[in-house]
Amino acid sequence: MLDYETLKIIWWLLVGVLLLGFAVMDGHDMGVGTLLPFIGKNDVERRVVINTVGPHWDGNQVWFVTAGGAIFAAWPIVYAAAFSGFYWAMLLVLFALFFRPVGFDYRSKVANPTWRGIWDWGLFVGGAVPALVFGIAFGNLLLGVPFHFEDNLMPVYTGTFWGLLNPFALLSGVVSLSMLTFHGANYLMVRTEGDVYARSRAASLIFGTVMLAAFAAAGVWVSSDMPGYVITSVVDPGALPNPLDKTVEIQAGAWLGNFASHPVLWVIPGAAFAGGLLALLFAWMRKPVLAFIGSGIAELGVIGTAGVAMFPFVMPSSSDPRSSLTVWDSVSSHLTLEVMFWAALIFTPIVITYTGWAYKMMAGKITNAYVESNDHSAY
Amino acid sequence: MITEQIVDLSRLQFAATAFYHFLFVPLTLGLSFLLAIMETVFVMTGKEIYRDMTKFWGKLFGINFALGVTTGLTMEFQFGTNWAYYSHYVGDIFGAPLAIEGLMAFFLESTFIGLFFFGWDKLSKRRHLLITYLTAIGSNLSAVWILVANGWMQNPVGSEFSYVTMRMEMTSFWDVVFNPAAQAKFVHTVSAGYVTGSMFVLGISAWYLLKGRDIEFAKRSFRIAAAFGFASALSVIVLGDESGYAVTEHQQTKLAALEGMWKTEPAPASFTLFAIPDDEKRENTAEIKIPYALGLLATRTATKVLPGIDELEAQSVERIRNGIIAVKALEQLRANTADEATKADFEARKADLGYGLLLKKYSADVSQATPEMIAQAARDSIPKVTPMFWTFRLMVLLGFSFALLFTLSFWYSIKNTFHEKRWLLRWALWFIPLPWIASEMGWFVAEYGRQPWTIFGILPTHLSTSTLSANSLYGSLAGFLFFYTGLLVVEMYLMFKYARLGPASLGTGRYNGETAPALKPAQ
Repeated sequence: MLDYETLKIIWWLLVGVLLLGFAVMDGHDMGVGTLLPFIGKNDVERRVVINTVGPHWDGNQVWFVTAGGAIFAAWPIVYAAAFSGFYWAMLLVLFALFFRPVGFDYRSKVANPTWRGIWDWGLFVGGAVPALVFGIAFGNLLLGVPFHFEDNLMPVYTGTFWGLLNPFALLSGVVSLSMLTFHGANYLMVRTEGDVYARSRAASLIFGTVMLAAFAAAGVWVSSDMPGYVITSVVDPGALPNPLDKTVEIQAGAWLGNFASHPVLWVIPGAAFAGGLLALLFAWMRKPVLAFIGSGIAELGVIGTAGVAMFPFVMPSSSDPRSSLTVWDSVSSHLTLEVMFWAALIFTPIVITYTGWAYKMMAGKITNAYVESNDHSAY
Repeated sequence: MITEQIVDLSRLQFAATAFYHFLFVPLTLGLSFLLAIMETVFVMTGKEIYRDMTKFWGKLFGINFALGVTTGLTMEFQFGTNWAYYSHYVGDIFGAPLAIEGLMAFFLESTFIGLFFFGWDKLSKRRHLLITYLTAIGSNLSAVWILVANGWMQNPVGSEFSYVTMRMEMTSFWDVVFNPAAQAKFVHTVSAGYVTGSMFVLGISAWYLLKGRDIEFAKRSFRIAAAFGFASALSVIVLGDESGYAVTEHQQTKLAALEGMWKTEPAPASFTLFAIPDDEKRENTAEIKIPYALGLLATRTATKVLPGIDELEAQSVERIRNGIIAVKALEQLRANTADEATKADFEARKADLGYGLLLKKYSADVSQATPEMIAQAARDSIPKVTPMFWTFRLMVLLGFSFALLFTLSFWYSIKNTFHEKRWLLRWALWFIPLPWIASEMGWFVAEYGRQPWTIFGILPTHLSTSTLSANSLYGSLAGFLFFYTGLLVVEMYLMFKYARLGPASLGTGRYNGETAPALKPAQ
């Protein structure tokens, strides 16, 4: 049996892996959705764009569902505090996601152009809104969220929805939206040719640049005078979790603390820049597979940077810092973490294997001719 | 501040979205296996018509599946957004099956459903068949884990309360997985899904036969649905009885409410076939009873006594009194965990902690509760009889009527005369919506019958919500109402459109109304 402290750290890593899986897999089809109305200039082109992800979007979306389920199981109190606190932001994501399954499946079942146009914008909303809101949510986590716990550990959020839309969080939203759109554009380059390919390449160059600029700006912002959080009481990482059993202080520049004490961690933001720059270069050189890998590495770097900067914090509280949730005191019981660890260890590689096989079976360029000749079976 | 209004609105939203989600789930569960059967016949016989059947019913499957996925997302989000205290209090146990469902089942189903639709030309026959089976298995495995989670809400085994972390914690994963309540629920629920899928195919095929179109296609579909439906309809009844037996064991209040059993009867108790229950006067009028039937069915003995509502309420009063002490001890422990005497006090009574918490609805300080409050909380511990009594009977009646229809359909398909029996075909057509009603009734009996708890005997519903404002809840309810109504209209429109088009929608040129291949404008 693994000890509690180790499992707590493993679960921090596993949540990161699931978020990365979400960004790499669901992220690219959300990017495709975001680009759909702009890259497809007519119905056939739009069907080309949609069919690049047609067989896969549903499986990809499960990364999102599973990340949510894993947070529920491994960090139940984070799930409770974050989802209820960010109530309207979560509902916005949910309502936007409604457009995806029906958009993909229903759009081409009726030939009417107005019908199809509505679902095309629905797929845009289903891709762009969650991508933007997730970034905004992450931005707010870095700033700290106004919430506290009552004595019985009932989470109480004291902010408003509009309070989430502050400048730093919006900048984070730009990072995540441009990151997923960039990734989606690279994916489209892999799977298309001709005009759609050319427009995807242009989109990749634009959104890759925006992502790098916004990420750099966010980095400067964090390292200038932005407050971070520090635990000031003695931490016993193996203790039973009790989020109220600590003291926390807000200190300017604290989010750089981990990088200062472990300089090797600079590799992670480095990966965001290196991956992003290489992806731009490969997109420009018309090497789409390498560009897609590059934007995937950039996603790893961006998510990893946010995670490492905050470690061990997961959801700091700006209004009652001791209520902040950390890797040490937000977790499930030892047994649950252990059971879930084995479940993840067994099933994640299996999932990755058959997903890879599914992509391999459906590989190849989606052409105008393919779409026109599969009018009754493709999307 | 959590008011009664917040609790009621949260319940209304959860019930509405769960009922809505469950419009799509049973058909997915049943139709996925019917598709696998049809495709198996295709691969074994090489007859193209069976591939067309798989593709056509698959198209209708897809229209339904899209909304199943859409509305399933809501279910996962909602525990966190609207039931934050529940999520904290029981996430340690409840979250695990949900996460495993994602990893083990939902990934499987969702990854291969794409290949099912898009892989016809890219995969060999056998590989495609394998994909279809994996999709069906994935969707049914999903049901396993969801019902493990739900079964734990009904019968919370394998777990214990910890005052340090202020929540329930898992003590045995296998107890949670092999919870008898969960097992009974799973088999009953999936067979209800198989009945739904069979009725859908049976009814639509009957319509083609009544219209005299696509005869060969419809006859083959009808036969498969009749055989599969026959087996499933019998399973639903047998396994429903098993599910009822599990209720007898673990949720006596639910059983007493759905039977309208106010007083304890000498064993074996009689089954009330018909009655008009009165929740105010606590009695039934116009009763028609079958002697001994309930006792024999529910306890499977002639001697075990089934407690009536009056007796169960008296038991609740005792447990509430114990619970008051447990709640006070817990509050002291939260203030000072070192006190050994309080700890012992708490450990001795913590099984009744949930009953003490029932009083929180009436008094923030439970030790100040008056005898009236205690009596009221004990009355709360029994769900309302009238809705339980009727929904249960409607569900059972429908279940038996399905069994009859499928028996006749199966009998006449063996004799190969079903297509001439217009009365049978009309019956099948008009029965299409009824399995959905039966499923929703079943869901109501299970979940309304769990009240006043979210976790039976552990966590009262009124303590499970998030701290939200009534305005937020009105807003989100309006949002769900708006989107779900719109989506349902669109879904029904497409379902009717494609059911009417029939296999001609595949554009093969072989079916009703087609003159040349692939000329239909729509997909």
